[in-house]
Amino acid sequence: MFSLDLLLDAVVIGVLLGCFYGAVSLGLSVSFGLLDVPHVAHPAFLVLASYAVYFLNENYAVDPLVAGILITPVFFLFGLATYRLYYETFEKRGSDAGVRGIAFFFGVAFIIEVLIILQFGVDQRSVTADYIGKAWRLGDIRIPYRLLVAFAIATALTVLLTLYLSRTFMGRAIRAVAQDQEALRLMGTNPVKIKQWAFGIATAVLGIAGALLIIVAPVDPTLGRAYIGRTFCVVVMAGLGSMSGTLVAAIILGVAESIVLTMFGASWAPAISFAILLGILAVRPQGLFGRRP
Amino acid sequence: MKRNGVAFWSGAAVFLAAVFAMTQVVGNQYPFFAGYVILQFIALAVAWSILGGYAGYVNFGTSAFFGVGVYTSVFLVSAFGAPLPLQILTGAAVGALMGFALGLLTLRMQGIYFSIATIALTIIIETTITNWRYVGGAAGIQIQRPAVTAPFDSYVQMLFFVQALLVVLAVAISRYIQNSWIGRGLQALRDDELAAECTGVPTLRLKLIACVISGALMCAVGAPAAMYLQYADPGSAFNLNYSVTTLAMSLIGGTAHWSGPIIGAIVLGTTQQFLTVTISSEVNVLVLGVMLVLFVVGAPEGIIGLVRKLRGNRKEGEA
Repeated sequence: MFSLDLLLDAVVIGVLLGCFYGAVSLGLSVSFGLLDVPHVAHPAFLVLASYAVYFLNENYAVDPLVAGILITPVFFLFGLATYRLYYETFEKRGSDAGVRGIAFFFGVAFIIEVLIILQFGVDQRSVTADYIGKAWRLGDIRIPYRLLVAFAIATALTVLLTLYLSRTFMGRAIRAVAQDQEALRLMGTNPVKIKQWAFGIATAVLGIAGALLIIVAPVDPTLGRAYIGRTFCVVVMAGLGSMSGTLVAAIILGVAESIVLTMFGASWAPAISFAILLGILAVRPQGLFGRRP
Repeated sequence: MKRNGVAFWSGAAVFLAAVFAMTQVVGNQYPFFAGYVILQFIALAVAWSILGGYAGYVNFGTSAFFGVGVYTSVFLVSAFGAPLPLQILTGAAVGALMGFALGLLTLRMQGIYFSIATIALTIIIETTITNWRYVGGAAGIQIQRPAVTAPFDSYVQMLFFVQALLVVLAVAISRYIQNSWIGRGLQALRDDELAAECTGVPTLRLKLIACVISGALMCAVGAPAAMYLQYADPGSAFNLNYSVTTLAMSLIGGTAHWSGPIIGAIVLGTTQQFLTVTISSEVNVLVLGVMLVLFVVGAPEGIIGLVRKLRGNRKEGEA
């Protein structure tokens, strides 16, 4: 039976979940949204970050959030290297970058997935921390602390990244390179260096996002496949490269998933993000707050 | 061209005769189990290349078509006990419809958007099947093989021969397309869709044709897999591994010529069968991924491109 209480509960959880989806999509919003890199391996990087956090938490009892911050420099360097390789092999050669670039990232995603399986096995993994497993009661609504933590960090991360892109010199340069790469070249700067830096930032954010992923729910090696739908749905719905749009789109997705979950059950959950994504691509490819299709 | 045609068809006839002779002579069942999988991937890779290679639309939805093929058979068998040829034909028809729908839905999408849309389609169909009790739902369903008909000794031998027929069909269609106006049109729109459209190439119609043919073939290839495995569940029938394997085989072989995907599928398929037996199935996905990335980075034209380069160099040396 459908009740108003149930709906309210679903919406509240959905908003929190949505902010979390926003956090895991931020990196893609930069790499795909601003830089036009067909980064299908983004969710695989995310799951990799989760496993790194799991490793630190399991072996050295590091708090998952601290672990997430600890791995960001490594992920930053990883991002720089990935973009360099992508640039040298595809963007620089120009011709036919589309097909092979997509295949490249698809291949990388599968390599990461298998390496995780070989190292950690196919079982689900989770982290331990004080705030995991407890819940906060607000009237009749029960909100797990793990979602609240994810919500707080996700919002902070979005605000920070938005400020970085709009206020700092490098952030503005990144947005400029997304708008007109040629103009930057004519002004004597090197757009490739800026894009590489931006890709590094996008990957570094994944360190913390990966920590949130494993805080919110247990993680298994193939989880990245489901997050292809969620992250691309959010970024495409937001309109490429809009950070505040990313948060709004993510909340819409979170609420939609949460409501369907409550009304129809968990077995339909994986299809929701993909269905919204497909609908948006077919009807309004420029997204809700889009810069261009 | 005519002489090529004769050579091609006699090659196909020799291939089929050899496969048939093998089913009559070889008693050990293992070669048929392994060979079936390799043939299946040859057919999938060839079918994939019609859209992915000639037209340059990277389809991640191989598993969607394959899985729908499997479940078409599952449905037909559990509802009417339909025979294998009917399963394959219906699979092809459903696949053609699906390809048409995919084509219509993704008319305006290009590049990564098309690819993501095909993944989306896969997951949506998989979720629908998971929630459809009649065909087993998430738990999967067992399928009873009917008795095998002469001249074959076992059902797997028959499936092996049927898959060989599908391979020949797929290759013949792909070869025909490459040499016809369809192939030339697809290549034109692959190089520059806007320019092709402006010079009067009916890009929309060509894309739809490619989607329909590619989809029909992939579904037809998936249809006998239900009988091969005697079991179907959504998780494995729609596994994205089919997509990445097919894509890797096509790109590693090279998509510039119809023979590329065949070469890629034989090389990778054989390696995989070997690795699965000797090491583990995880390692074979790893090897597949690494080879895909290496080829995409180092040899963008695939094995065909490498061979052409070698030949070219030799010719230059002689001259």
